[in-house]
Parts: sequence; structure tokens; C-alpha cells
Amino acid sequence: MLELRNIVKIYQGGTVNETCLFNDFNLTIPDRQFVCIVGSNGSGKTSLLNIICGSIPIDEGSIYVGGSNITRMPEHKRHRRIGRVYQDPARGTCPSMTILENMSMADNKGLPFNLMPCVNRKKTEEYREMLAQLGLGLEDKMGVMVGNLSGGQRQAMALLMSTMTPIEFLILDEHTAALDPKTAEIIMELTGKIVAQKKLTTVMVTHNLRYAVEYGDRLLMMHQGHLELDLSGEARKGLKVEHLLEKFNAISIECGN
Amino acid sequence: MNLLLSVLEQGLIYAILALGVYITFKILDFPDMSVDSSFPLGAAVTALMIQAGFSPLLTLPVSLIAGAIAGALTGVIHVKLKVRDLLSGIIVMTALYSVNLHIAGRANVQLFAFDTIFKNSLISSLPPAVQPYAPVIILAIAAIAVKLLLDAYLATRSGFLLRATGDNATLVATLAKDSGMVKILGLSIANALVALSGCIMCQYQRYFDISMGTGTLVLAVASVIVGTQLARGFRFLGATTAVVLGSILYKGCVALALSMGLSPFDLKLVTAVLLLVIIVAGSQNRKKVKRHA
Repeated sequence: MLELRNIVKIYQGGTVNETCLFNDFNLTIPDRQFVCIVGSNGSGKTSLLNIICGSIPIDEGSIYVGGSNITRMPEHKRHRRIGRVYQDPARGTCPSMTILENMSMADNKGLPFNLMPCVNRKKTEEYREMLAQLGLGLEDKMGVMVGNLSGGQRQAMALLMSTMTPIEFLILDEHTAALDPKTAEIIMELTGKIVAQKKLTTVMVTHNLRYAVEYGDRLLMMHQGHLELDLSGEARKGLKVEHLLEKFNAISIECGN
Repeated sequence: MNLLLSVLEQGLIYAILALGVYITFKILDFPDMSVDSSFPLGAAVTALMIQAGFSPLLTLPVSLIAGAIAGALTGVIHVKLKVRDLLSGIIVMTALYSVNLHIAGRANVQLFAFDTIFKNSLISSLPPAVQPYAPVIILAIAAIAVKLLLDAYLATRSGFLLRATGDNATLVATLAKDSGMVKILGLSIANALVALSGCIMCQYQRYFDISMGTGTLVLAVASVIVGTQLARGFRFLGATTAVVLGSILYKGCVALALSMGLSPFDLKLVTAVLLLVIIVAGSQNRKKVKRHA
């Protein structure tokens, strides 16, 4: 269970541009829940993910995972249990290393990074099979530099790499936003499959309302640092994209946009 | 012939330096200015130890350790105290200048009367026909050994993490590793190699001079860039092999320029201008490739 308690996050504190994004923000995500978050720009979606992962500090409040306080835990330590895929495909892979090298490195997550050889040739076949299920032809390019791949191919790899080793949480930050519709569809299907297979607690930020309706079992709509909508179970059943869009527009009009 | 031999010898000494700078400049993408002082640091330690009667062989590991400490210091200043990369290197570089003077005791130390790794009873027992080639053989062994060790290291998990840190530090964090620690480690290894190169240089020229580090970074960066250009042209060359060859080639170019009538005063000028020429020529080349593509 992931709990955010009384989170306060202020940007540019102490200046005239001071903006309070979160003021006493609370969120509890039970184990194995797949949460989709939608909301306009600046509503705090990515900040929320960054706070969960420890990428940005918070001003007040605390974060609990399974009952233990991780508020002060540095980012890299939190990632022992977290896999994360970013919007920018370039952030999830190493461009000047080959596919095999990238996969090997991801496979070693959680092990000590010592003087043992990183690439285990025996596992090449295993990686190849994992890549083959993407249907992007990556399995025949094991020796190719990842920097030469397309954004969609890199994002597919990033998703595979972040979920290769045992993790509990998967954090997806608009991970289909930079992709063409067809590739986005492939990545999204793969995401659903991996989450179900590995029974991960997932938080996905997306601008695609259809994905938010189709995937996951809880939907949050954020606006100016608070939850405008929080639907799960019965309330979420029968939800249509049109409903979300209506709500979205209502919020925007309030803002005067 | 003599010129060729000395180019080869010096090129191999600077190859070890260039391999160190390859780690910071190319892998970590870190402009590490401290190199200009960690090179003479190795030399100062060597001068001190040889005068004190230690075995010349022992100076090698001690220089490595001294350089590693200097590199780690740059890393800690950058990562833990959050000082900008260039500045943290400059701070360490400046501080080490005094440290080097303290270690060596003087601004100039001559070692002509002492045994070195190039001049000892073992070497003088070799047949006279081989003796002139002893330094180049020793240096080739040293440079190749360093290259092979570096290659081996870069294939380990720790080495992968080093490459990933320069490439994409975000990924290192998602792999649950602290990229700051990796940077410190990388700087440490790099400066260890730089100091080793300084140690060997000191024994090769048989004197220590406090100013021998000036322009070291420029020289090393030039070698690395020549090396990477080589590797682009000849795909079969590994990156580290290319850096070693780049160092020899660059030293050859400088020697050639000097032999065409420039005075030794112009050495650093030639070194710097050649680097500029290589960088500009390299970027022009790349533009052409793009236009043709």
C-alpha cells in the first residue's frame, strides 16, 4: 500500500512567483491497484509521480509504503521497488549501448554492480524472446546501438527494461504521449499485459482519455493540485470518454480557458 | 629513427593519460580540469619515492592511489557539495599545485642519479642491441596492459553503470543506483590513470617539474578526439585502442610541426592549435557526411 499523507509542495518558495501546488494532499493506493491519472497541464500529475519516486523534495507531509515511512529515502533507493517509464523515450534507455547491453544492465537491477561481467551470453536467448513478443523486430538487432532505434522501439524497450526484475510499483509518466497512434496502442497493450502478469501496483499518467477509461481499475482526475474525480469499482463502470471530456471542459471553463 | 622512437615512447606514455581522460571526457561527459595537476601529482610522488630509495616499481601503485584520491576529491566536491563540474576540477587543480610542491619539496627535482623503471640493473644486463628499445617495449606493455584492464572493467556491471551514467543518469537512478557515487568512482579511476602516466613520464624524462602538467588536459582531449575520429573511420578499432593510437598520432603531429622549424617554446601553442584544427575539421567532416546522406 502506498500512502501520501498531508503533502505540501510549494514551487519557487520565498519569491513573488511562489505557487503552492499541493496543499494537504492525501492519496492512498492499495496493493495491485492500477490507477490512471488524467488532468490538464500544470495540474500536478507529473509532480505527483516525482514525489512518489523521490525525484523532487516535498515541503511537508510524509510518504508511506507498506506502513514504513520513505519520505527521507533518496530517489535511487526507492527505485529498488519501483520501475518507471518516462514520456521521453530517450530517458529509459542508454543510446550509446547496444540492445543486448541495455537489456543485460536492466536485468542486473537489484544485484550489486561489482566486477562481475554484465552481459550473460546464456541469457541472450531469453532477451530475444522478450523482445520478439513486442513484434517490432528488435530481436534481430541485439548488437545495434539503442540510439539508432525509433522512439517507439526505445519506449517498448524502456517498458521491458523497467519491469524485467521483480518490482512492486510501476510508474508511467505519459509513456505513450510521444508515440504514433499505432505504436502507442502496442505499448499500451504491452503495459496492460505486464501489469496483469506481474501483479504490479501501477500509477499511469496519461492524456489519452480512452486509455484512462479502458485500462486500470481506478481513475483520478487532477486539477490545480487536488483530486477533482476519484472513481473506482462501481462508480467507474460504464464510464465513457465523453463523461470525462465533459468534466474536463467544465474545469477549464472555471479557469477561464 | 630516433625521432620516431621518441614519438612512440611519449605517445605511449600519454596514451595512459588519454585512456584516463577518455573515461571522464568521453564516457562521463565531465570536463575534468584537475587532470592538469593530477598528472604532476603522480610525478611528484614518484620523485619523492625514488629519492627516498624506494623501488621504482613501487612508485606505480602509489601514484595510482594518489591520483585516485585526487579524482575522488573532485567527485565529492561536485556530487556532494554540488559545485559545478568545471569549477570542482579547477578547485582541485589549484589546490593540488601546492600539494605537489609540498610532496616534491622543490619546483624541480632531478633524478638522473637514481634507478628508474627504464634504467636499472635488469635493463643494463640486456644485450646492447636491445637496450635502446627497452623503454618503448616497457611502455608498450604498460599502455596495452592499461588498455586491456580498462576494456575488461568496462564490460563489468560496474563498468556498465559508468557508461550509463554518462549516457543517461536518469536510467541509473531507475536501476536503483546512485549516479553520484558512480561519477566519483569514474573520476577516481580516471585520475588514477592520469597520475600513473605522470609517474611514468617523470621516470622517463628523469626529472620532475611543477609546470609539467600545464596543458595536459588539452593534450589528452586531443588524443581522445583523434582516437574517436579514427574509430569512426576504421570501424574494427575498439574505442580504447583508437585512443591509444590517437595519442601516438597526435604526438607525431606535434613532433612533426616542431621538426619543421618551430622552437620548443611553441610546444604548447602547437598542442593547442592542433586540437582546434582537429575539432573544427571533425565537425566540418560530420556536416559533409550529413549533406551526403
